[in-house]
Amino acid sequence: MQAVIRVQDVHKKFRVYYDKGQSLKEKVLFRNRNRYEEHWVLGGISFNVERGEAVGLVGENGCGKSTLLKLMTKIMYPDRGSISIEGRVSSLIELGAGFHPDMTGRENIYINASIFGLSAREVEERLEDIIAFSELGDFIDNPVRTYSSGMYMRLAFSVAINVDADVLLIDEILAVGDANFQAKCFEKLREIKASGTTIVIVSHALGSIESICNRSIWIADGHIREMGPPRHIHSLYLEAMGEKREQSKIREEKRQEEKKQAEKERTVKAASENSAPPEEVPPAAEEPPESAAQPAETGEDTRGLGNRRFGNRDVEFTGIELTNAQGERKLLFYTGEPFRIRMFYRRNKPAVRSNVGFGIFRTDGVHCYGTNTVIQNNQYLHMQPSGSISVDILQNTLMPGEYWINIAAYSEDNFPQDDVQEAVKISVISRETDVGLCKLNTVWQTDDLQIEH
Amino acid sequence: MKALKEIWDYRNMVFNLVKRDLRGRYKGSILGFLWTFLNPLLQLVVYTLVFSVIMRAGIDKYYIFLFVALVPWIFFSTSLQGGASSILNQKSLVSKIYFPREVLPIAHVLTCFVNMLLTFIVIFIALLFARIPLNPLAILCLPPVMLVELLLCMGMALLASAITVYLRDFEYILGILVMAWQFLTPVMYSMEMVPEQLHPIFLVNPMTPVIQAYRDILYYARLPELFTLTHAFLLGILVLIAGGWIFSRLKKHFAEEL
Repeated sequence: MQAVIRVQDVHKKFRVYYDKGQSLKEKVLFRNRNRYEEHWVLGGISFNVERGEAVGLVGENGCGKSTLLKLMTKIMYPDRGSISIEGRVSSLIELGAGFHPDMTGRENIYINASIFGLSAREVEERLEDIIAFSELGDFIDNPVRTYSSGMYMRLAFSVAINVDADVLLIDEILAVGDANFQAKCFEKLREIKASGTTIVIVSHALGSIESICNRSIWIADGHIREMGPPRHIHSLYLEAMGEKREQSKIREEKRQEEKKQAEKERTVKAASENSAPPEEVPPAAEEPPESAAQPAETGEDTRGLGNRRFGNRDVEFTGIELTNAQGERKLLFYTGEPFRIRMFYRRNKPAVRSNVGFGIFRTDGVHCYGTNTVIQNNQYLHMQPSGSISVDILQNTLMPGEYWINIAAYSEDNFPQDDVQEAVKISVISRETDVGLCKLNTVWQTDDLQIEH
Repeated sequence: MKALKEIWDYRNMVFNLVKRDLRGRYKGSILGFLWTFLNPLLQLVVYTLVFSVIMRAGIDKYYIFLFVALVPWIFFSTSLQGGASSILNQKSLVSKIYFPREVLPIAHVLTCFVNMLLTFIVIFIALLFARIPLNPLAILCLPPVMLVELLLCMGMALLASAITVYLRDFEYILGILVMAWQFLTPVMYSMEMVPEQLHPIFLVNPMTPVIQAYRDILYYARLPELFTLTHAFLLGILVLIAGGWIFSRLKKHFAEEL
């Protein structure tokens, strides 16, 4: 096997201007506006990709993976190190480049394909394939401005994917069109890969990388953190991300706590100051503490629960906590690992009864599970002035991915008291390689003979 | 050399961009592509009215004298001014897709060039109306003169587009510069009207021999002097090489500067 892509010790720095002046006046008059900090986005990356291999680049936002891809396409050049790629390179970074809204889909195919470097003859050869793949039918001869956004993207993707290249570089553009078209794009990508094209994909959709790539490269802070089989790398990556999020959530809560504390002290102080002769307090001075109090108050309301909520707040959630079997706070669980959701609440009205429930949604919107106290126990809860309600998920059959948890309290006439959408995000990872939405416990048999595992 | 071959490989992109700009410009207007001819024709009518009724210059058929120089000058000035923003205006393309960056200014200049060629149809009609004889031998010199001007425009557009990416003011500075340049080129007057001591300035100006050649061929219906032609050719090549070289130095950081 020979390496088609060689990335050797690539360094890239960006200048981060404090306040960049782009015009001559600014450049001359405000010399110090040109001060900048050098920020190393990539600090020495080396890897090879062999012919026909598909590699996924994963990492947090800002880790440098997109920069690396731009260096590979020669849009930018490394400050140190070298990148060499054999054969024709095609990049799917920007779709629909150069589209003219007043021209027809067909005319735009010519323009767009030529930007990818195709000759007139090559475009002609691919024209039928492109039109067929886009599923636009007769619309192909209508101006592009009359297209829906889905049609527009379908056309753009069809051109990009039909540029036969030796090396295909893709940046986060697989979320095109409806589910049907997406499936078709994946099928096409697999076909392209099978025909010997080398592929490098940057994506946050770990699942799609797993379904195409032989290898994942995890980039963190401009360095390669791990490299290996996608599933293995992704579970390591998700684990690290989960830990990071737990840390930041705890930090955030601490910050809110401190803010509340400071606010309390300030109101006490303000109260004592107000008792001083009133003419000494100018009216304007009263405003800052008031406006400062605003975010603090809402901060308390939504403590760690986000802003997507509605209801009359007869009952109000004040927090949510997820714990594992050992009672440790976690936001990352393994498939099969039980966990507990604990909802803290406050009652804002005497004698309130509520139907309390939760729902789990995958981040792409799939509703995985939902239940409440009425469904399960046919029971409305008598709410205390303040307290907590816990629910144990005993059989966590969620497959690897990211999930939102919603929590809600509804009155007896089914009116929302507090419905908190996307209250907390959890990650699920697995050491096994089965696939799907949820784990079905399976036992295999052949001719009545149970297979041992 | 490798860079030149790459630009050649992307000739289809150049072709398609030119086609898009030519066809896209008047899309949506009722007269459409007809405007390409109507615009210069109406300009010519205005010049004819002004210079044969109001401001009588001492030159015979001054409107033709002016028009045959003005059309090539407009090609030069639009190439330069539009060319300056050709990279900047395609920000999303340049920062997202790889292609030889020279393609953008080249395509812009070629669009202007095609526009000039189409305007020449109007020029020939005007010559016919003004009863100015055509000298077939002189007309044969027209394509090489146009080619020399094309080289010159490309060099200037490459230079201007690369500088504008780094210094946005250049686009506006250029507006003034081009206006001054026009007065330092014998567009509205002939070289004979220029004081002797100013001639050196006019001779380093690469547009001077180009405009003179156009006027010789079309207005005077005579062969341009060999000196004028070689002079124009050498300056054109020089500007193109300089522009291309500076562009290739600056282009590596386009994506970061945009």
